[in-house]
Amino acid sequence: MKLDTSGLESFSTLTAPGDDVVGEFSAPPSFQLPNSNDFDGFVKEAIQMVKPAKGTTTLAFIFKDGVIVAADSRASMGGYIYSVKKIIEINPYMLGTMAGGAADCQFWHRNLGIKCRLHELANKRRISVTGASKLLANILYSYRGMGLSVGTMIAGWDETVIHMSNYHMAFAQLGPSLYYVDSEGGRLKGTRFSVGSGSPYAYGVLDNGYRYDLSVEEAVELGRRAIYHATFRDGASGGVVSVYHVGPEGWKKWTGDDVGDLHYQYYPVVPSTVEQEMVEATGA
Amino acid sequence: MECVFGLVGNGFAIVVADTSAVHSILVHKSNEDKIMVLDSHKLIAASGEPGDRVQFTEYIQKNVALYQFRNGIPLTTAAAANFTRGELATALRKNPYFVNVLLAGYDKETGPSLYYIDYIATMHKVDKGAFGYGSYFSLSMMDRHYHSGMSVEEAIDLVDKCIMEIRSRLVVAPPNFVIKIVDKDGARQYAWRESVKDAPVPSA
Repeated sequence: MKLDTSGLESFSTLTAPGDDVVGEFSAPPSFQLPNSNDFDGFVKEAIQMVKPAKGTTTLAFIFKDGVIVAADSRASMGGYIYSVKKIIEINPYMLGTMAGGAADCQFWHRNLGIKCRLHELANKRRISVTGASKLLANILYSYRGMGLSVGTMIAGWDETVIHMSNYHMAFAQLGPSLYYVDSEGGRLKGTRFSVGSGSPYAYGVLDNGYRYDLSVEEAVELGRRAIYHATFRDGASGGVVSVYHVGPEGWKKWTGDDVGDLHYQYYPVVPSTVEQEMVEATGA
Repeated sequence: MECVFGLVGNGFAIVVADTSAVHSILVHKSNEDKIMVLDSHKLIAASGEPGDRVQFTEYIQKNVALYQFRNGIPLTTAAAANFTRGELATALRKNPYFVNVLLAGYDKETGPSLYYIDYIATMHKVDKGAFGYGSYFSLSMMDRHYHSGMSVEEAIDLVDKCIMEIRSRLVVAPPNFVIKIVDKDGARQYAWRESVKDAPVPSA
């Protein structure tokens, strides 16, 4: 007796590629899935491909004159190394740092910039850093588990104080603010953060040299030094150190030094004394 | 490594949570407040994945507030706890929240209460409860020294004993803890127990 296996045939033979796979049934709104036999495996591979890309060092800290934001510029894909801009200018008074997938960070920061501008137009007032970071965190949370890789810090200077009632969230501060937001949906408010594979190295130098009452020059130098030390020890960080300062007027780029040059600047080559000098042997 | 524990005393309930925000080996900050004030007489102490923790507790907080706006009276602690458990249960088979919650509240009619709700939507009304690695140390301490009707001083003394035990015995012990209390006068922060202080920042 021939078994009726028509129920086991897949729909894909009946529909053209690109059509909704479900066919006649009304499908819930969803994005197109890639043509792959093993979709779960594909998603896992995609996530794994982006994971090691958090090879970077970025840091930011608040001090009395604003926020310092510093980052390296190295991006590597396997054995190939190149340089990218890791500090993203969301708008003239807010900066974002990039760690993780470059495309993810650039796209979502640009998207955040759009939303911030829309907020300004709708409310006739700049959005606070609290609000902007919450917008980004909610977006990233809704894509949880789908393979986004974003480890970013949102730094800016707020111009207004917004109070809310006692039960609910704290008020937005007048002055500098710094938030850490990642693709797992976490959002932390703080005064010092470092993100990326080189961050433990950067934290050491940053924590030790940090004081709230640093001058702008000292703070820029601290950021630069911390990134330099991280690039020295971490293979996935390097290139050029960029340091930005966010003050009441907005952000300003301060330095963009190559770490190789910085190394010889901090640790110049000292001709070492010769212990034993070879002398020409007299005679044959 | 996230330590959350709490107990019920004479006319009050206390919850304690560590304050470290950790990402693999890195401590991002050590003054993260994980006990949210749900409404005037309720506290929710949560531990778990950072994104889930904040999003879920805020969601519960806003829904509790919405109920009060719509109906003019606040939810009882039992109702809030059952609502929380229901939300976790509904999400469990679709998009689970990895959050463990201790919900403490004070009702005029029934007094203080503490609810233990874990991430797979188990709920128990308890006198003392704990989550995380710290629970291995704090639960036995509380079992040994707890008696019903403790005063605030006795309860704080027990909490400090638990914190000291966690600090000395847990290999990745969090340095700082926050203690919050809820009683007939409302929910408020009681104290911090800090052994690692951040660089001083003059307050705005």
